[in-house]
Amino acid sequence: MSHIKEAFKNGKAFIPFITAGDPDLETTEKLLKAVEKAGADIIEIGIPFSDPTAEGPVIQGANIRALKNGVTTDKIFDMVKRVRKDVKIPLVFMTYANVVFSYGTDKFLKTASEIGMDGLILPDVPYEEKEDFAPTCEKYGLDLISLVAPTSHDRIKMIAKEAKGFVYCVSSLGVTGMRSNITTDIGAMVKLVKESTDIPAAIGFGISTPEQAKEMSKKADGVIVGSAIVNIIGANGRDSVQPVYDYVKSMKDAIR
Amino acid sequence: MSKGRFGIHGGQYIPETLMNAVIELEDAYNYYKNDKQFNDELQKLFKEYAGRPSLLYYAEKMTKDLGGAKIYLKREDLNHTGAHKINNVLGQVLLAKKMGKTRVIAETGAGQHGVATATVAALMDMECEVFMGIEDTKRQALNVYKMRLLGAKVHEVTTGTGTLKDAVSETMREWTSRIADTHYVLGSVMGPHPFPTIVRDFQSVISKEIKEQCLEKEGKLPDAVIACVGGGSNAIGAFYNFINDKNVQLIGCEAAGRGADTFETAATISTGRLGIFHGMKSYFCQDKYGQIAPVYSISAGLDYPGIGPEHAYLHDTGRAQYVPITDDEAVDAFEYLSRTEGIIPAIESAHAVAYAMKLAPTMAKDKIIVINISGRGDKDCAAIARYRGEEISE
Repeated sequence: MSHIKEAFKNGKAFIPFITAGDPDLETTEKLLKAVEKAGADIIEIGIPFSDPTAEGPVIQGANIRALKNGVTTDKIFDMVKRVRKDVKIPLVFMTYANVVFSYGTDKFLKTASEIGMDGLILPDVPYEEKEDFAPTCEKYGLDLISLVAPTSHDRIKMIAKEAKGFVYCVSSLGVTGMRSNITTDIGAMVKLVKESTDIPAAIGFGISTPEQAKEMSKKADGVIVGSAIVNIIGANGRDSVQPVYDYVKSMKDAIR
Repeated sequence: MSKGRFGIHGGQYIPETLMNAVIELEDAYNYYKNDKQFNDELQKLFKEYAGRPSLLYYAEKMTKDLGGAKIYLKREDLNHTGAHKINNVLGQVLLAKKMGKTRVIAETGAGQHGVATATVAALMDMECEVFMGIEDTKRQALNVYKMRLLGAKVHEVTTGTGTLKDAVSETMREWTSRIADTHYVLGSVMGPHPFPTIVRDFQSVISKEIKEQCLEKEGKLPDAVIACVGGGSNAIGAFYNFINDKNVQLIGCEAAGRGADTFETAATISTGRLGIFHGMKSYFCQDKYGQIAPVYSISAGLDYPGIGPEHAYLHDTGRAQYVPITDDEAVDAFEYLSRTEGIIPAIESAHAVAYAMKLAPTMAKDKIIVINISGRGDKDCAAIARYRGEEISE
């Protein structure tokens, strides 16, 4: 069983997202340790991309800040290698196809595996294009996480059947970002996922408050939060470790 | 499994949220492209509204001046809205209408595609929103006004470099947030399948006409067809029906900006490498970590870090050749064609004129070159004046 799947064994999972290198890699390192202590079950580490087409303004901003500070894929690999001595929960990279492809898919995934990564999320690689990455992920024992969206309908079965790790259920139309209302019938989406696979399903996009997290956690096995955390980091910079810890703890407590 | 490939290029690298939308589009296109009524309507719009066929004009003075091959200009600049963009927009908006969509969105660089989309949206009673980089809204202010005049809402895109690539990203983001009633009128032969094929098919009317007109005037096919390439829609339109005529040289002119050996360039084939971006696998200007390069060209319409997948394939197979043209060369050609033939080309098209000026003198007098004048240059006059150190107000 993959480490990722195991991470869902202790009740509902809380999965925070952090953009590596925002504001700098030293802070990212501290943040990763802090969110594990605060109760995170899996962490998504964003490798910044110049043109993140699936992101809203908050995460776009983090990508730009990180890249301006000179963050590169190699520096992020080094950071993960260091932090892996302390952080034991599963870690997945979330980035864009070109970051992996351009580095050399094999070289990227081999290194990711060696430094202790457990999975990869590529929001611009749908089911039809996963052959570029899935076999290599498998070769190095990484889970390539599949996404399903409110528009997926009849595609859900096909996607879920071949999904690895967990199924990332996109809660809403549009890009990442905090939303006051989530109107999609997520229960129905998760039900379709569950009909086709026994791996866990986690809901992401738009979730920011403990109340929303609690509500969503009733419908799935885990909750993913990105923009709300990146927002705290954006506002507090190097002093964001404690507020992020407090926030993640409040979210995890809400879904326990 | 993967669809829409040109060799290794193309594909559908987009968020899952958009997959059913592109599948729906592909199904609709496959149906309507063989539908007589659809084609009749489109042909009528081409003729009565856009003013097709566009002329193939013998540039006699230019031919004599350069002293080599006979030069013809394919006058896409004479189309309604002043560029080739209308061909694709008429096709796509008509298709969107058949699909029951009530709203269209589009990216634009120079503003020509945005103006064409706003125009056809007005004609076909569709709601229209256009995304344009802030740099481009500045250098193409007149087109911004035209789009508003036509009833479209124009969004200034401030992210990234504030140019065409950011406008494309923002339009994709907009599409993921509102799909059911909205069609994304992609302006070039790029993005996820089926866009590169749909846009190429609607633009291929250009080479269909060139072929007929050249046979009629000269009794033979041209020896070279030259077009500028950003994403590559006017070029693929001008090339497509000649791809199997191996003796017709196909030449795409990329924007080299301040030079293909500088960082201020948009010459993708010269300086880019294989990547995955904006829905497609193709060549992109990027750094060693795959970060997309902030490209530059004087021409807002060619200021794009990638190239359509079919061009990437034509490059791989050697069927077409891609050459870099600098700002300086393009501006010289812009002025040259204006003075010599009394035709002010778009600065984009001037890149093609610039290469023809190099090529024609090296060819025999019985050879024929066709330059695709993809658009008219009125929109560029202020910027070119500025380039020459003269401030004029529009």
